[in-house]
Amino acid sequence: MTVESLYPRLEPLLAQVQKPIQYVGGELNAQVKPWESVAVHWALMYPDAYEVGVPNQGLMILYEVLNERPDALAERTYAVWPDLAGLMREAGVGQFTVDAHRPVRDFDLLGVSFATELGYTNLLEALDLAGVPLHAVDRDESHPVVVAGGHAAFNPEPVSDFVDCAVLGDGEQVVGDITDVVAAWKEQGRPGGRVELLARLSRVEGVYVPRFYAVTYGADGTIAEVLRTRDDVPPRISKRTVMDLDEWPYPKQPLVPLAESVHERMSVEIFRGCTRGCRFCQAGMITRPVRERTITGIGSMVDAGLKATGYEEVGLLSLSSADHSEIGQLAKELADRYEGTNTGLSLPSTRVDAFNVTLANELSRNGRRSGLTFAPEGGSERIRRVINKTVSKEDLVRTVTTAYANGWRQVKLYFMCGLPTETDEDVLEIAELAVEVIRAGREASGSKDIRCTVSIGGFVPKPHTPFQWAAQASAETIDHRLRVLRDAINADRRIGRSIGLRYHDGKPGVIEGLLSRGDRRVGRVIERVWRDGGHFDGWSEHFSYDRWMTAATEELAPFGVDLDWYTTRERTEHEVLPWDHLDSGLDKEWLWDDWQDAITEDEVGDCRWTGCYDCGVCPTMGTEIQIGPTGRSLIPLAVVGARPQVDVHADAAVADPVHTH
Amino acid sequence: MARTPDGPPPPPTVQKLRLRYTKRGPLRFASHRDLARALERALRRAQVPMAFSAGFSPHPKISYMGAAPTGAASEAEYFEIGLSARCDPEQVRRALDASLPPGIDVLECVEAVEGSGSLADRLDATRWRIDLPGVDTGDLDAAVQELLSRDVVTVAKRTKNGLRDIDARAAVVGAEVTEEAGCAILTVVVRQLTPTVRPDDVMAALAVVADLRPPLPPRAVREAQGRLDDSGDVADPLGPDRAVRSSPQEESTPV
Repeated sequence: MTVESLYPRLEPLLAQVQKPIQYVGGELNAQVKPWESVAVHWALMYPDAYEVGVPNQGLMILYEVLNERPDALAERTYAVWPDLAGLMREAGVGQFTVDAHRPVRDFDLLGVSFATELGYTNLLEALDLAGVPLHAVDRDESHPVVVAGGHAAFNPEPVSDFVDCAVLGDGEQVVGDITDVVAAWKEQGRPGGRVELLARLSRVEGVYVPRFYAVTYGADGTIAEVLRTRDDVPPRISKRTVMDLDEWPYPKQPLVPLAESVHERMSVEIFRGCTRGCRFCQAGMITRPVRERTITGIGSMVDAGLKATGYEEVGLLSLSSADHSEIGQLAKELADRYEGTNTGLSLPSTRVDAFNVTLANELSRNGRRSGLTFAPEGGSERIRRVINKTVSKEDLVRTVTTAYANGWRQVKLYFMCGLPTETDEDVLEIAELAVEVIRAGREASGSKDIRCTVSIGGFVPKPHTPFQWAAQASAETIDHRLRVLRDAINADRRIGRSIGLRYHDGKPGVIEGLLSRGDRRVGRVIERVWRDGGHFDGWSEHFSYDRWMTAATEELAPFGVDLDWYTTRERTEHEVLPWDHLDSGLDKEWLWDDWQDAITEDEVGDCRWTGCYDCGVCPTMGTEIQIGPTGRSLIPLAVVGARPQVDVHADAAVADPVHTH
Repeated sequence: MARTPDGPPPPPTVQKLRLRYTKRGPLRFASHRDLARALERALRRAQVPMAFSAGFSPHPKISYMGAAPTGAASEAEYFEIGLSARCDPEQVRRALDASLPPGIDVLECVEAVEGSGSLADRLDATRWRIDLPGVDTGDLDAAVQELLSRDVVTVAKRTKNGLRDIDARAAVVGAEVTEEAGCAILTVVVRQLTPTVRPDDVMAALAVVADLRPPLPPRAVREAQGRLDDSGDVADPLGPDRAVRSSPQEESTPV
């Protein structure tokens, strides 16, 4: 089968839309392989706008890993903005890949990476634009197999009607296994049709095929049981874990778009997983254990990536980058290596720790020190014990003051609101803290020209975390607490004018809550919202709370449940949770105990330093912590283009924390 | 305690190069900011020894001028770079061209001759070629004659501050209609005034004077940019630099 490019038909439409460059592809390091040269064709989708999706590391890694295979090709597709989507429908042009503008409809697989649940309506829009039936059961052998991945795939039940499979955990190896299965099935003449293909895929470790599991509900609306409908599929699906990250130095050739994106820098993942044990953090729970890249592995990725991209900044990415066992040495040696080359180095997501200021200073040695970001997450010491992100108020103030004293002009502090057991007083402490930080900062820096920005978001309980049982705070509660916080900050204008407050109202968080801990019944709500015109739900100008409320009320009523039932209801210990048959390795009893410890404000350590506390992941998954130090060091590279001037540009740690709240 | 960068100031600019490049194929949809980003990254990949501004956020010394609008292709975009070490212009051209995506092709690179004036001053007109598939050549010709016969043609132009009325006629120096492979082609020389009259403004003017409304989106290519010469065409803006050839004294070539 040959597949024709949609570009000639798309091009006249592009003259009529906003930012047309996002649809033409041609990124540096993009790849186009001849269609007939391979057996298996993957379309990889990030279900949000191009500018958000194109820097996504996960998709970039899979794109490269798949294209390296001689028997497969991968192309990328992103959510199309409404202006173009309208023109495409009129002109009969389907959802296309940006690489070769091939119709998504013609690929064997459509892999969709869900970093957040708010991308679900964009999946439906893309399927519809592609001409692929919305419901998995309505597809035949000619349609792509729709595969969901990413963190949200750890509870894919709300989208189980629309996806054919979900993949749990790291994608590097499992995409190869899936490719093998599809290649063999096609080679054999597609025996047994689509159902047989899905059955074979369900036997790949980490692949969950929802249609082979039946869910029944009890009279109270909770799940009675989840049962296999075939004996040849696993009763529980285990996540995949890539060990030895040095063996997987991807992306080797990071994509560099012409269009502006949300991350105008190159990223190198310095480790994966986190065992700090922050109880709100799904990312930290589902990516265990910690697996570090070695200092030398990181050094060569930075070097190769800079050469391949021409970026002027490198972000050292992870869930808590300062925790890398060789971070001090790494920061120093990278700063040495790139001194005089106008190359910036940055650390996103830093814990409140004086050491992080030292690191940021090192990375910005002689560059601009504009903004530094810390994430205390909880306003009071009490609530920080509840979420297991303990730092004393004194340490926090001291750390931030140190930053101001070292020439950082702006400090951003990330908090959450609506955490379990939280009261107004916990949130009001954020104001006290900010005031104290400014007072001490003015004194330490001898300047009034310092700012503190408090950024605060509503907490959404996530599956596979100790807070999966917790009642989510209502939108009204969140809005009330944000209001009292704002008033408290503004109480003293002399200080308050140096404090910025950034927040969102509580409504989108409630919908995210519904989608995060929803079950299969929530699929109807998603479909209804999309049919009523909903998409781009992560964008405030497109998100409609009313549309979601109407859809939830009407679509959930026949089941005797409602939005509150999914969000503000606390779950009991033995309730069957929609994702119980999906195994992140975390022992459910341990999660429950940790939840109880949260309520009693008991902390838990980090198994990298305090010994194993039996979360269950390593023995269940057959994995182990992989950390250094290795004792190795970066040899100075002869960086071509290095010049004698000393002007390292660094704008350290201004990126948002990568936690999934 | 204001911090200042330690160490010596960055090395000065020792050579200025002026370059012509294209915006072809799908890359016509790139905006001037997209192109600036692509060029700066390509300069880094090609390891061209750029001169930088001083201070905590040093910027490479690059001047862009007269960018073609998003959606219009171009054979004649220009920019100027300052280098901290002397290079052979042709080697810079080749290295930069190799590190840019296909469609952004660096066609020429010359050393700026000192005292020859600024490049921006030499870019005061554009010759556009506008392909108008589906438009009858006769209709187009009539519309163009009508446009040229007027003194003022007011069209609504979309600006950052909403729609604004501008005169699209005054900037038009000359226009010619031809046909190629059955497609009507409008070649128009437009003076670069403020606000700029772009191909879509010319098309809007044709709609105003003769109700000419192409059934398909027109495709515009900037064929040349430069100073208006006596014949009403545009002169090569790099000509004055090319006229005086100077050979590089100490060569430090990009790898």
